[in-house]
Amino acid sequence: MSKVILDVKGLTMNFGGIKAIDTVDLTVRSGEIVALIGPNGAGKTTFFNCLTGIYTPSFGDITLRHARKNQETRLNGMKPNKITEKGMARTFQNIRLFPTMSVLENVMIGRHCRTRSGIIGAIFRNPAAKREEEEIVEMSYGILKKIGLHKQVNEEARNLPYGAQRRLEIGRALATEPFLLLLDEPAAGMNPKETEALVELIRRICKEGHSVLLIEHDMKLVMSLSDKIVVMDYGKKIAQGTPIEVRSNPAVIKAYLGEDVDDA
Amino acid sequence: MLELRNVTAAYGNIQVLHTIDLTIHAGEIITLIGANGAGKSTTLMAISGIVPIRSGKILFEGEPIQKLAPEKLVAMGICQVPEGRHIFPALTVQENLDMGAFLRTDTDAIKDDFDYVFSLFPILAERRHQDGGTLSGGEQQMLAMSRALMARPKLLLLDEPSMGLAPLIIKQIFDIIVKINKEHNTTIFLVEQNANQALHIANRGYVIENGVITISDTAENLLKNQDIKKAYLGI
Ligand SMILES: Nc1ncnc2c1ncn2[C@@H]1O[C@H](COP(=O)(O)OP(=O)(O)OP(=O)(O)O)[C@@H](O)[C@H]1O
Ligand SMILES: Nc1ncnc2c1ncn2[C@@H]1O[C@H](COP(=O)(O)OP(=O)(O)OP(=O)(O)O)[C@@H](O)[C@H]1O
Ligand SMILES: [Mg+2]
Ligand SMILES: [Mg+2]
Repeated sequence: MSKVILDVKGLTMNFGGIKAIDTVDLTVRSGEIVALIGPNGAGKTTFFNCLTGIYTPSFGDITLRHARKNQETRLNGMKPNKITEKGMARTFQNIRLFPTMSVLENVMIGRHCRTRSGIIGAIFRNPAAKREEEEIVEMSYGILKKIGLHKQVNEEARNLPYGAQRRLEIGRALATEPFLLLLDEPAAGMNPKETEALVELIRRICKEGHSVLLIEHDMKLVMSLSDKIVVMDYGKKIAQGTPIEVRSNPAVIKAYLGEDVDDA
Repeated sequence: MLELRNVTAAYGNIQVLHTIDLTIHAGEIITLIGANGAGKSTTLMAISGIVPIRSGKILFEGEPIQKLAPEKLVAMGICQVPEGRHIFPALTVQENLDMGAFLRTDTDAIKDDFDYVFSLFPILAERRHQDGGTLSGGEQQMLAMSRALMARPKLLLLDEPSMGLAPLIIKQIFDIIVKINKEHNTTIFLVEQNANQALHIANRGYVIENGVITISDTAENLLKNQDIKKAYLGI
């Protein structure tokens, strides 16, 4: 089996009296696509928020091991931008693009976390920074090609249809060169055809060496993409397994899927 | 009840709706189907007065409404649940629902409707005193729908109400739409990516492509239409 790159142990998150996450374990191995599913309010987005430094978990350990380098980091309490630099990036359930910036600029913003001269260099424009800036443009264009938005480079992000905005969010996350990509409901607001295209995109991303942890309510997507599925309900992990195991698990059917999953 | 005649609309100088013609009778469930960017949300926002129209007419119960402000339209009985759940993040669940009912004076019926939406979505009752902004995505979607129901509209405009909801709740949402249509005689204009399920509860449907209505037919016929199956139903 491949190396464990994300290792979460006993994760717990309390909001006042509410236990939004209750001692959850989860692992992602290099090259895997893992899905996190469960009813509305189960704690899935909160789980992502703990991993990415938006919340500091009440209890538990989050360890990230670089897929290629020999580097291990404990993520608890780290700032979001530091976590991105360590190689984990995410998209949000509610789209968070810069609405009046161009499509290209939205991807370039993601890239700036990786470059040495970064934003400062872009302002002072020394020769090294200038070359770096050119590379950012080239690299960002390459990502736009991959997500099928290279014909809209100069369009303002807010003018894109909803489905395209979701793809652009993935593009921005890819620009940070993550080895682990977290996607929160990437197919929300897409029609069946666009969802099919998204499935292909995620497969391609995975083939190129990224691992993926995703939250999604579209069961057709989850069942066809995932190597492993983890199911949460009321903050607790209630099941884990392959798509075939999970879709026939009575507890999961009762809490989440309902009887007729095939037409999901 | 509602009629759009030759309606056009634009953002800046990009025209998005070209000659939209459609009719909705009182008591019907009508669905509008189209690809991403076809103009579905814009059509709904034109009706609810959020996007001004460039030309054409919108008639509600025989009266032209295209120049009226959104608040005026709410008072007349037109209420929209926008795409992407715009609830008030700093208000509690309870206060958000109060906002839905703020034009009503029938205090007793309002109380009943509170009980009604809490029975539809028990999780909202549990989260009653929590700020809207800290609800989960699906809980916010349930709140947006409930807030619209609190207004007791004559015409309810729904923009992708199933977005972000768990499979079991999606089934429930479509049941709820049918229920309020039957029990409260609320007329429904529904936009859904889940065109298959939308057509199963609708009386009739329209297809919009690049801002033009290209097909208008009964839901039954649309479900049988091979082109529609291929393009929108993912079959
Ligand atoms: N800051 C907060 N304060 C209080 N409760 C919160 C807060 N954030 C989240 N919650 C509650 O914790 C629960 C878990 O929320 P979370 O957003 O993780 O759910 P989710 O599994 O992503 O659901 P969905 O599928 O609807 O997006 C919800 O019931 C929510 O209301
Ligand atoms: N605020 C805006 N400014 C400029 N253009 C816009 C704006 N909102 C939408 N558009 C453009 O208008 C067209 C129609 O958009 P609309 O949101 O009505 O489509 P839709 O059918 O609802 O799509 P979706 O399925 O993605 O929700 C699209 O090309 C979109 O890019
Ligand atoms: Mg969520
Ligand atoms: Mg829309």
